[in-house]
Amino acid sequence: MAQNAQPAPLVLNGLEVALQGRVLLRQSLQVQPGQIVSVMGPSGAGKSTLLAAIVGALGPEFRLRGQVMLGGKDVSALPTEARGIGMLFQDPLLFPHLSVAQNLAFGLARQVRGAARHRAIEAALADIGLAGFGPRDPATLSGGQKARVALMRTLLAAPRALLLDEPFSALDADLRGQMRDVVFGRARQAHLPVVMVTHDPQDAAAAGGPVVHLGAPSAAAP
Amino acid sequence: MAAWGLRRAPGVVLAALALPVFAGLLGTLAPAFGLMAVFGQAQPGFAIFADLLAWAGFWPALWLSFKVGLVATALSLLLVVGLVAIWQGSRSFGLFRHALAPLLAVPHAAVAFGLVFLIAPSGWVVRLLSPWATGWQRPPDLLIVQDPGGWALIAGLVVKEVPFLLLMVLAALGQSDASRAMLMARSLGYARPMAWVLAVFPLVYRQIRLPVLVVLAFSMTVVDVALILGPSTPPVLAVQITRWMNDPDLSLRMLGAAGAVVQLLLVGMAIALWLLAERGVAMFGRRWAWAGHRRGPGPVGAALVLGGAMAVLGCVVLGLMVLALWSVSGLWSFPNLWPDTMGWGQWQRHVPAAIDSLWRSCAIAVAATVVALVLALTWLEAEARFAMPIGAGGVWLLYLPLLVPQIAFLPGVQTLMLLAGVQGGVLAVTLAHILFVFPYVFLVLSAPFRAWDARLGTMGRALGASPARVFWRLRLPMLLAPVLAAMAVGMAVSVGQYLPSLMIGGGRVSTLTTEAVALASGGDRRAIGVWALLQTALALAPFAVAVLLPGLWWRNRRGMRQG
Repeated sequence: MAQNAQPAPLVLNGLEVALQGRVLLRQSLQVQPGQIVSVMGPSGAGKSTLLAAIVGALGPEFRLRGQVMLGGKDVSALPTEARGIGMLFQDPLLFPHLSVAQNLAFGLARQVRGAARHRAIEAALADIGLAGFGPRDPATLSGGQKARVALMRTLLAAPRALLLDEPFSALDADLRGQMRDVVFGRARQAHLPVVMVTHDPQDAAAAGGPVVHLGAPSAAAP
Repeated sequence: MAAWGLRRAPGVVLAALALPVFAGLLGTLAPAFGLMAVFGQAQPGFAIFADLLAWAGFWPALWLSFKVGLVATALSLLLVVGLVAIWQGSRSFGLFRHALAPLLAVPHAAVAFGLVFLIAPSGWVVRLLSPWATGWQRPPDLLIVQDPGGWALIAGLVVKEVPFLLLMVLAALGQSDASRAMLMARSLGYARPMAWVLAVFPLVYRQIRLPVLVVLAFSMTVVDVALILGPSTPPVLAVQITRWMNDPDLSLRMLGAAGAVVQLLLVGMAIALWLLAERGVAMFGRRWAWAGHRRGPGPVGAALVLGGAMAVLGCVVLGLMVLALWSVSGLWSFPNLWPDTMGWGQWQRHVPAAIDSLWRSCAIAVAATVVALVLALTWLEAEARFAMPIGAGGVWLLYLPLLVPQIAFLPGVQTLMLLAGVQGGVLAVTLAHILFVFPYVFLVLSAPFRAWDARLGTMGRALGASPARVFWRLRLPMLLAPVLAAMAVGMAVSVGQYLPSLMIGGGRVSTLTTEAVALASGGDRRAIGVWALLQTALALAPFAVAVLLPGLWWRNRRGMRQG
């Protein structure tokens, strides 16, 4: 993964997902570094399918056409781990068998070794206000703490783009605003192009970027 | 390259499982029809079947196998259905549920011996009632065990199969929308048991049908339990075939091969009959549902079912206790409930001889289980990575080594080995065990493996981990508990195997089970106690590890505790 890559836009070039001959969605999109594009639409409109297509997590039963351009290269043929696209889900999905520090280290590039690795994890913990939480069981953290660890884990992997799948919908109302600021702030600070799928108009408003509306899947689609 | 291999793994594993079964069947069938000159002359035809029909015990043995299989299976299923319908959801059921896995692990032979020691004329139950209730001062001259009707054998099979079917039903319940169907039926005024039988059981049965057929095929053809609990003149067909196959007179093997053909047909017929009966029961059930019967079975029916369940549990536990008692008994005169003298003499006498078999059983079990586990994990990982679900045909192939009677294809494997000049040894026995261990390991492992949250894998990949790293660092450690459970089941299955060790080992590979079953004819209760307990201990030890280790390993990880 390119640690110090120049900020670059995320471009979808006529991306098309089909299942058994039926086209589920067709999308072109350009997301500039530091820009947050919100994707909205009714359930079943293919919002999660779009994210899975971008990150490369579609099952082999899906057919994909078009390009996912990142840093001027088409990454759509690469496996998920080689794309350099980070993702955050509604649940923090911390690995339950690893400690908080081990969870963060899972994201950190291999090139950071030995003492530097420990320092990097310590710094990351301090950065999200969780200094000293390294040895803790992730199950003992509060909802907000888990969300911050998940965000930091993703950022430590040094992604060149970020996908958010309804990232705040599992949080309490007061925590939601707070996490929005943290996530959006970090993404802008890292100059990441961000695609966010959401149901919540407030998410889109806070993101401040363009809003893409996916329609209901049309039965008449060719 | 690795992905290329992984993608083909399920096919290769299926072939590796099915091939020995088909080859074995061929090796059994060909000599029976005079198509293979293994034991003397080969004349194509049905001559040997005339000899088989001439055996006076033929029809009685046939009928006995048929009856034992169908009655034991129907009784076990009835008990399990009644049990779950009446009892599920209560606290005591939860406790019973925890006892299931170890109950299942106790080897067939040990359960059968325990039952003998309980219900035989000089057994513990008669002692309990004598002389105050029965007036007996000496063991009555009754044929309770090894009765000609095979009822002791049926009892032994029911005791062993109820825990298995119960576990299968509970697993199926977890995968179907049972609780909502239940709630719906009860809100329409149906009593709990009725609601379960009419609304939930039809969904569950579809998923446990294959295990039920496995129980049927097994009950009809089991050899070790039948040697201990079944009648001897004539025995069930499978026992007679085993006798012929192991006779020093090689010409009798032809007869055995012909018997195996008949056995195969018999099992096929029984399965066909069962599938037909399924339709009848389904029709009956639909009529019931149409008529709107809402009332439960009443207290008498409930008591009967709960009594049956308790009897099953009691037979295993009490049986093991009486085995233990005999193993440390000196003099134990008849109506006394407790041995007159006790000591460790039997253990000191038998353990040195048993150590050798113990290690061999253990080595075979570990090797067969590890291979089966690797195959199962490879298969499941391939299935997950390439989204290639196993089809209905694949599931049948997977169960093939359990559905085709051992007695019908192991003699053929033995014959082929003889032809190829391969000596049966520990390695060959281990390979044979894998055939029977793999389906169970797969059965236990597949549900939790498939239920693992795939988003964790996507998350890992998005963080830059390769599929291999996701497997080794995330999926496998998180599945530690089910992996260990699958290993425990696999080892228990291997330890309990009798016929594969006997036949593929050519009588030269002695395991705890072959030695224990061989003691059955001698009737030395103290020796049987020692050997059967050793066998049970070896089968149960892995369960203790499987239960305790994940909790210890993940003691600081709350998120790992419910899994």
